[in-house]
Formats: sequence, C-alpha cells, structure tokens
Amino acid sequence: MFDFLEGYDLWEAFWTTVQLTVLSAVGSLIWGTMLAAMRVGPVPLMRGFGTAYVNIVRNIPLTVIILFASLGLNQTLGISLGSDQVDTTNFRLAVLGLIVYTSAFVCEALRSGINTVPVGQAEAARAIGLNFTQVLTLIVLPQAFRSVVGPLANVLIALTKNTTVAAAIGVAEAALLMKEMIENEAQLIAISAVFAFGFVCLTLPTGLILGWVSKKVAVKR
Amino acid sequence: MSSVLYDAQGPRAKRRNVVFSVVFLAALAAVLWWVYTMLDEKGQLEWVLWKPFFTGTEAWSTYLWPGLQNTLKAAALSMVIALPLGAVLGIARLSEHAWVRVPAGAVVEFFRAIPVLVLMIFGLALFSEYTNVNADDRPLYAVVTGLVLYNSSVLAEIVRAGILSLPRGQAEAALAVGLRKNQVMRFILLPQAVTAMLPAIVSQLVVIVKDTALGGAVLTFPDLMAAVSPMSAYYGANTIASFTIVAVIYIVINFALTSFASWLEGRLRRGKKSTGAVLGVDAVDELSAPGDHVDVTHEVEKGP
Repeated sequence: MFDFLEGYDLWEAFWTTVQLTVLSAVGSLIWGTMLAAMRVGPVPLMRGFGTAYVNIVRNIPLTVIILFASLGLNQTLGISLGSDQVDTTNFRLAVLGLIVYTSAFVCEALRSGINTVPVGQAEAARAIGLNFTQVLTLIVLPQAFRSVVGPLANVLIALTKNTTVAAAIGVAEAALLMKEMIENEAQLIAISAVFAFGFVCLTLPTGLILGWVSKKVAVKR
Repeated sequence: MSSVLYDAQGPRAKRRNVVFSVVFLAALAAVLWWVYTMLDEKGQLEWVLWKPFFTGTEAWSTYLWPGLQNTLKAAALSMVIALPLGAVLGIARLSEHAWVRVPAGAVVEFFRAIPVLVLMIFGLALFSEYTNVNADDRPLYAVVTGLVLYNSSVLAEIVRAGILSLPRGQAEAALAVGLRKNQVMRFILLPQAVTAMLPAIVSQLVVIVKDTALGGAVLTFPDLMAAVSPMSAYYGANTIASFTIVAVIYIVINFALTSFASWLEGRLRRGKKSTGAVLGVDAVDELSAPGDHVDVTHEVEKGP
C-alpha cells in the first residue's frame, strides 16, 4: 500500500524541516528578545527602532523575505554565509530569513507578556524598597515569563509550518519532497495524507503540550 | 514616562539614556554604511536600475499592477469563500450534539495543523488530475483552495470565540422570551458576534494577503511576488530595486489593513451600543495554531 514511498527519503525531508525549525527558533528567540528589550526599554531611539522593525517585517510576506535572501543577498550581492555548496547556502539563507521574520513575532509575544503584568506590581515592589534589578528579577520577569508560554508556543507552531516556505528556494524539506513526489507518482491522495500526517505529528503535540503548560503556569488575574 | 519596568527618570538616568542613544546610533549607522557600500560595490544603486519605478508607468502597468490585481483577487476570493465556511464550522463547534461538534472540531484542528503551502500543492495536483480547469487558471484555483481550507478553520475559531465573548445573559434572555435555539443564534448571537470579531477578521486578511505570495513563488501564480523575476530580468538585473518596490507595496497594503483593524477595535471598545465584547487584533495570532483557544474575558460595561 505504501510502496510509492520507495526511493524517497521521507525521514531526511522531515529531519530538514525539524532542523530548520529548531535553528530558526533559537535564532529568533535571541534576536526577538533583544528587539523586545529595545521596545520596552527607556531609550526612545531604541524603542523607535524596535517598533519600526516589527511593523515593517510583520507586514512583508515571509516568501518575499526568503526569496530576497536567495536572489538578492546570495545571487546579487554574493553573500554565501560561509559555505561554497549551494544546498548548504540555501539552507542557511532560509534560516536567516525565518529568523528575520519570526523574531518580530517573538518580540510581540514577549512584549504582550510584559504588558500583562500590572504596573501596581512594580510600584508596590519599589514602595517596599526593592531596587531596579530586584524589581525586574523578583517581581516583573517571573510573572511575565509565565504568561508568555502560550503566545510563544503559537509562534513556534507557526514557525514549524512556515519552514515549508524554504521550498521556494530549493531547500530539500518536506513540502519540496511532497511537490516532487506528486509530480512523479500517481497516488495523489495517499502522498498528501502522508505529508499531512507528518505535519500534524509535528505541530499538534507541540500545541497541546505547550497549551497545557501555559494554562498550568499562567498567573490568574 | 513610567512603565512596569522603570520609573520616571531622574537626571542620571537621562544622561545614561543619551549615552545609550549615541552608541546605538553609531552601531546603526555602521550597519547602514556597510549595507550601502555593499550595494554600491555591486552597482545596485545605479539610478538606471531604479528609474523604471519612478519615471514612466511602464513598470507599473506591465508588471506591478497586474500582479497586484491577482494578489488582491486571490485574497478577496479566499476571504469571501472562507468566511461562510468558517461561520458554519464555528457554529458547528458550539453545537449541543456531539456528532456535529466532534467532526467540526476535528476538521478545524486538522487544517490548522498543516502548512498552507502543503494545501496549495495538494490543490494544484487535485485540479490538474481530477478537473478540466484551464491550465492557466489552475494556480489561482490552487492558491484559493489552500487559503480557503486553512483560513476557514482559523475563521471558525474566530467566530466561536466571538460568540463566546458575548455575555451569557444575551442567550439566556433570548431563550427566556421564547426564541428557538437557531433563532437565538441567528437573531441575537451572530449579529453581535460579527461586530465583535470584525477587527480579528480584518487582521486575518493581512495573513491571507501575505500567504498569496506563496502561490507566486512556488505555484507559478502570476501575483505581485511573481512579478519580481521578469521585472528584474527586463530592467537589467535590478533585483534589489524590484524586491524593494514589491516589499513596499506589501507593507503599504498590510499596514493599512492593520491600522484599519486597530481603529475598528478601538471604536468598538469605546462604543456604547454594544455589549463591549471585542475580539481584538491580537486574537488572530493565537487562533491560528492548533490546540489553542482564546480565553475570552468579558469587559465590564461602564455606565454613562
């Protein structure tokens, strides 16, 4: 029944999807946190930069960003991200594009988490004499982290699904293999079902587990 | 200015801010200078490459406008088809009968878990194999199919959350005056829910517009995204210029939609006539992921 799978490395394709997801998630968490720090900080110039970055990047399609990474950065400007092999370069460019795009959403998730902490919490903390570091590490951030799990989980799921856009620049991940298999094999419904199942396996458990965690740790207000 | 993170600033903090600003500005300028020299080195800043977009209308009438039309057409069609489907699915998820509720829930969770691109690729193969749709029209059909399948699930969750956001008294009062269950839904809940979820629907339109670009890149759908390659080939490899213009068009459209959604949200929140239930712009991000439901909170109605 599944003999149409022969000759195709399904694991390799989904493994590439997972690699894209994990690398981009780590990168966008770092860059997104820095952006969020700028956006909630007291320096007007940095706040302006953070706001501008988020508003611009969020409104560009991810496809445009990733294709620009390939056609613009790589082929026009000759940036190859330290690799002379086409496949590796494309993979790295896709990760770069995903980080640029996803970090805007990470930034917004973190900012909304900080905004859920009532100002009174910090005011009360200052009133009993805690200094800035103490207010931040003992009062504000513990509450902010707990309310940020849910939004971040959604960003992670969206990122997992967005890695398929890398197919547009020829990264050999699941969607590209699906396209190739559909072109060569006859069993359209079966092939689609296999890939749909693969993505459900990746995203649904993430959503359910992290959704449960976020409800568990959320601060009741 | 004071926030939860920091207090109103004194003279020392203000001096520190100035130092931070200067350092940040220097770093930013260095990055911009680096970008500028690189672009200049490759000759991408030559006026010849940018001229087609600013003088004459050829680039706009040949490449950008037809592409933009296709993008907007696909987005509008998807929204118009997905909205009623989403409403049906969303109401079905609220049904008292398990045989309606459970399958609707399964469909919604399934399509929210799958990437749009996978649905589009499936749609393209489906139309070329089982229908006699003209080969030129197939990409449009495929893009709309993919977007409808995914977005009707997201809209179903928006509708569901919109109905749940209404105060319980609305349904109770309607039942008490003797309306039937479907009358309560049609005359009382749905009209109010539609108002409450308007901002969320407009925000979802931004997601749809962005996703149509996938069709241009992977399915040979002649949209705004797909206009980049022929355009940069025709005007002498002005890749950077073409991408910049296309990105700016996307930004303008989506920024307008986002601003409109925020304006609607603010208007609805301030409005006196409604119950105060609003499904905000931020709800969209939460509802697009499988296994997640928005926690609806009722706003306290403020008296005059």
